[in-house]
Amino acid sequence: MNELAVPLTGAASTGEAVQFWVLAVIAVAGALGMVLCRKAVHSALCLAATMLALAVCYLAEGAVFLGVVQIVVYTGAIMMLFLFVVMLVGVTAEDAVKEPLKGQRVAAVLGGLGFGAMLIVGIGNAGLRTFTGVGAADAAAGGNVQGLALRIFSQYVWAFEVTGALLITAAIGAMVLTHREHTEERQSQRELAEQRVRLGTQITPLPAPGVYARHNAVDIPGLLPDGSIAELSVNPTLRARGQMRDVSGDMLRRMDELEAGTAEWLDRKAPKPRTSLELTSLQKTPAAPVVPGENGGASE
Amino acid sequence: MNPVNYLYLAALLFTIGATGVLVRRNAIVLFMCVELMLNASNLALVTFSRLHGNLDGQIIAFFTMVVAAAEVVVGLAIIVSVFRTRHSASVDDSNLMKL
Repeated sequence: MNELAVPLTGAASTGEAVQFWVLAVIAVAGALGMVLCRKAVHSALCLAATMLALAVCYLAEGAVFLGVVQIVVYTGAIMMLFLFVVMLVGVTAEDAVKEPLKGQRVAAVLGGLGFGAMLIVGIGNAGLRTFTGVGAADAAAGGNVQGLALRIFSQYVWAFEVTGALLITAAIGAMVLTHREHTEERQSQRELAEQRVRLGTQITPLPAPGVYARHNAVDIPGLLPDGSIAELSVNPTLRARGQMRDVSGDMLRRMDELEAGTAEWLDRKAPKPRTSLELTSLQKTPAAPVVPGENGGASE
Repeated sequence: MNPVNYLYLAALLFTIGATGVLVRRNAIVLFMCVELMLNASNLALVTFSRLHGNLDGQIIAFFTMVVAAAEVVVGLAIIVSVFRTRHSASVDDSNLMKL
């Protein structure tokens, strides 16, 4: 740790100034991006960039231990937790556009601007000129990590113990909150099957996605005998997002080529190839009602 | 460069986070804004530590990180359980104490 160029005095070098301006731009851009992005995933990634920039700021300020902890704890653990929750919640969660309180957003932005101006003017008026730097304090303890350890386990040991209790409480609280109590008996497979027959909606398993042995991705719908796509073979979430890849036209074209080739090989009359107009009209037609169990796969 | 610029950066980030809390409706993004505010205060604490040549500021920033981790765990668990019952992550929809 001592090899890192920790500033012994408080003043910032030119290199640190350059580093600061680069990092400050990244941090502020990330913060603004987090607030302005519509999707929660993009917000999380912007926040991760800001946190990384701040970690390097800590390193530059001589807080070596905190810089590493910032990367490990914040960008490593907390942001991953955020991304997990976004995966659990975010798919169907859209940010509300309507304002329940009239003019609340404008008032919030104005209030934020005023608050920021107040803070910055306050810092400017404080007249902080001489920075002592933590170099001397680090050197007295034999390093930054040693100095922190010395304080945590002597002066702040009570706070440290309470922190342990807090972490255990948080872990138990999270488990209690996300625990799901089964209030009624879980339905067996037989009961589910009987219910399905009684309701008469979809008795057989849903058709599987993918086309022949060529495409087996989940976002490619299976094809019906007439070449149109079977919408039911694709996951409803992908359907709602409009992330279906339609390869029916491509497949039909390839089948035509294959048939023509076979006919030529067998000296038969080739079937008339489908025109491109016919192909596009085939793709545009709404999917015919799916014959359930067509492909025989269970995708539910 | 005067290291006081770090304090200006911290103030700016804190302001952006606070405005985000007021502007956004998605509970997850709200939480991220709170995290940003905590990070900004950490930066200020580390800079104060440098100002005074004293490691106590870094200790407090370290404890802030621990508390933030605990807060995120409980907060996200609350968001998940609210989402399960209300099928929404918007803070406008949670207007009952109990379902």
